[in-house]
Amino acid sequence: MLQRIHDLYDELERQRVMLSFKGALSPELVTALLGIVERKMEGIEPDARTRKRVFNVVMECLQNLYHHNSNLRLKDGKAESTTDPHGVVMIAHLDQGYQVLTGNFMAGSEVETLKGHLDRINALPPDQLREFYRETLADGTYTKNGGGGLGMIDIARKSGGKLEYGFVPYDKDNAFFSLNVNVTT
Amino acid sequence: MSALFLEGSPKTPHVNFDPETGMLELKGRSIPENSIDFYKPLIDWLDKYGRSPKSKTALHVQLEYFNTSSSKCILDLFKKLEGVRATGNEVTVLWHYEADDEDMLEAGEDYAGIINIPFKMIQIEEVDGKKQ
Repeated sequence: MLQRIHDLYDELERQRVMLSFKGALSPELVTALLGIVERKMEGIEPDARTRKRVFNVVMECLQNLYHHNSNLRLKDGKAESTTDPHGVVMIAHLDQGYQVLTGNFMAGSEVETLKGHLDRINALPPDQLREFYRETLADGTYTKNGGGGLGMIDIARKSGGKLEYGFVPYDKDNAFFSLNVNVTT
Repeated sequence: MSALFLEGSPKTPHVNFDPETGMLELKGRSIPENSIDFYKPLIDWLDKYGRSPKSKTALHVQLEYFNTSSSKCILDLFKKLEGVRATGNEVTVLWHYEADDEDMLEAGEDYAGIINIPFKMIQIEEVDGKKQ
């Protein structure tokens, strides 16, 4: 066990992890995590625009994690229901920018819709992505959390790159969703 | 009707809507998990204000951050003001953005492209909402 602590430290150091968290999320915890990100960014990133972009991406990713969550966690290799949304987040500082990784269980029935949405976003160049954002903003419909499907578009706009994602089917009702967003400087 | 005043918090903006002067302010951060709950009283207030508005209304928006959950709610505020303008009153949105924050300027332009109200883009040095 003691060796594993060193290995964990070593691994986090090698990956240049600024922050990592796994577990139950609450609005208060999201606020606290954002506070840590903001303070750390002030210390390491001289460019204000990049600092804001990273903060924005982390905020949207955490709120996605919070809202689109099937409230499951793995315990001894088995899925177990939880009262709070569960997930994992890791933010790393790389040579070419910042990497924001998130993962959570979500409803399997929503996988195809999300995949289609992400593929559509990834196929658009920046000016058309902005147009897609405007159209989605203007269409007047709300999703249940008020975002109206703008979250991923905004994340892609702020990242300036493609959204890398993956789904791991878990059981007949749930899948694990992984998202890797790179904010390049 | 009375003014609507809300103190800013780490996730919600400072709000000061004054019906006597027609001066409305939204400043700071708007990043709550549930924006619909936060914005409902603001929309309701504007609904009432729209029944007997001042001949000149100015909404100052000075946000450091806002999440996509707030985006549609902010659009709804603008739509209420569009209604005030449609009845022959002067309405202006003053969109403040920090000098190095091109993304916030673009966000203002996105709204200006959707809403039929004159927008003034105002460059500032630093959003003071951060210090609230």
